[in-house]
Amino acid sequence: MSNGANTRAGWLAVSPAILWTVLFFIVPFIGMVLTSLWPKGADSWSLADYSQFFENDAYWRAMTNSLEVTGMVTFFSVVLAYPFAWILAFVLPERWQRLALMFAVLPFWTSYVVRSYAWLLVLSENGVINSALVNLGIFNQPIQLANTRFATVIGFVHFFVMLLTLTIYANLKQLSPNYRKAATDLGASAFQTFIHVILPLTLPGIMVGAFLTFVLAIGDYITPQILGGNNELLMPQLIMMQIGRRGDFASASALSIILMVVVSIAYLACARWLKIERA
Amino acid sequence: MMRIVSTFYAALIYGFVFLPVAVLILFSFQGSLFPIPPFNGPSLRWYGAVLTDARLTSGLGNSILVASLSSFTATLLGFLAAWGFARFTLPASGALRALITLPLMVSYLIIGMGLLIVFTSLGVSKSLFAAGIGHVVINMPLCFAIIYSQMGDHQANIERAARDLGASEFKVLGLITAPMLWPALFAGFFLSMTFSWDEFVIAFLLTRFQTTLPIEIWNLLHAGLNPKTNAVGSLVFGISIFFAIVFEIFALRKKPS
Repeated sequence: MSNGANTRAGWLAVSPAILWTVLFFIVPFIGMVLTSLWPKGADSWSLADYSQFFENDAYWRAMTNSLEVTGMVTFFSVVLAYPFAWILAFVLPERWQRLALMFAVLPFWTSYVVRSYAWLLVLSENGVINSALVNLGIFNQPIQLANTRFATVIGFVHFFVMLLTLTIYANLKQLSPNYRKAATDLGASAFQTFIHVILPLTLPGIMVGAFLTFVLAIGDYITPQILGGNNELLMPQLIMMQIGRRGDFASASALSIILMVVVSIAYLACARWLKIERA
Repeated sequence: MMRIVSTFYAALIYGFVFLPVAVLILFSFQGSLFPIPPFNGPSLRWYGAVLTDARLTSGLGNSILVASLSSFTATLLGFLAAWGFARFTLPASGALRALITLPLMVSYLIIGMGLLIVFTSLGVSKSLFAAGIGHVVINMPLCFAIIYSQMGDHQANIERAARDLGASEFKVLGLITAPMLWPALFAGFFLSMTFSWDEFVIAFLLTRFQTTLPIEIWNLLHAGLNPKTNAVGSLVFGISIFFAIVFEIFALRKKPS
């Protein structure tokens, strides 16, 4: 159907978007790869900034810290959000569900920097939790909650519980109630129905949510920087430090590319659950 | 029994989710110098302090400017591309569509750093404009994906009818296609606004003197716990909730169900 003149209009329409992507995404990305291959102060191409990652303990530890924190965050977020989504979907009367869900994700709308700061208020040495604990006589002295890995994990879990509640709820609502009825008719207990019927059916949805959590958490700079402090570094903190404090773009680029490779490996590992289909 | 456990668990999660927000807002009305217990208020002094802080108010203005211009650009480019790919048979269409959505797969840190490296080597200085370019990069794929998914064949027939009646290609696009797709355009624009409004890392890397509100709030954090940060955080929360309600009313109301 499309003749020459028509196709020209099509090209005209798609070219600004393509041009923008090439100029401001592809070219910068290639620039970053090239930068990572020319170490700061060196006079030739080299893989030194990549090998440093495997040789320098501090760099390696940033990656293991990141993986540990992200793993914990993903686990706890799923474990906390699943029963909550279940209650919203199956225990709560239908007409309240939409409101309850909207209410549950209301804190989403706090700004990203402010959300971490708000947790600092709660967890700091003179903060709400510590004053409550001391006033109730549970502890004599405040305990250190802020500037710890615990604080980072709490800050992340707070955000991702909301996100995962949304995705898991949507998943549970898509299930036909007939599955549950059939299982019950065939004599399965509520627990057996959950383990053998509901859980396997919602697994793909959980995996999508868990993957999203993993990707967003492992690349985040703000939450660990505000809540974890500088006691232990995660990868994004290390990368920002290379840029900010040392002006070492080569090292920052190499570390970012390594982080990207790790995320890609995670993607491949759960790719069979992540088939994103177009309606 | 099940009902009691459920209620208890739901209350626990709601408590967890709302605890920081409640503390944030409560202590924004703190009367004394620190946003920590005991609470002695309510007082509006910190809201006054926010509104007279030139850095915060200019940050607010800059954020609105960057968010609206970058979202407009992202929606326009995404719309044109979606229309081009949906209505014309272009060679390598699949690969080109994948190219446009590629930035969705990459973290903001990498996008910001790539732009910083290129701008630095070209001698382009850090500015709100540079950050806006970055925000179009992250939001255009989203706008494209949303609008493209809403382009159906029934709209193509209406466009053909308009063309047969003598409308130019440009007129068809502006007077027929865009109005038909307005919910998708609005959704794309609105989502872009929220992402740009809240975006930190790209703006952090690409701006210097004039900067956006999240960076100004970040700068406030160096002063430690401060009720002024609570006040500006609560204000931003209020603004975001307002727009979320507007979105709910305008975009989701006409959903066929």
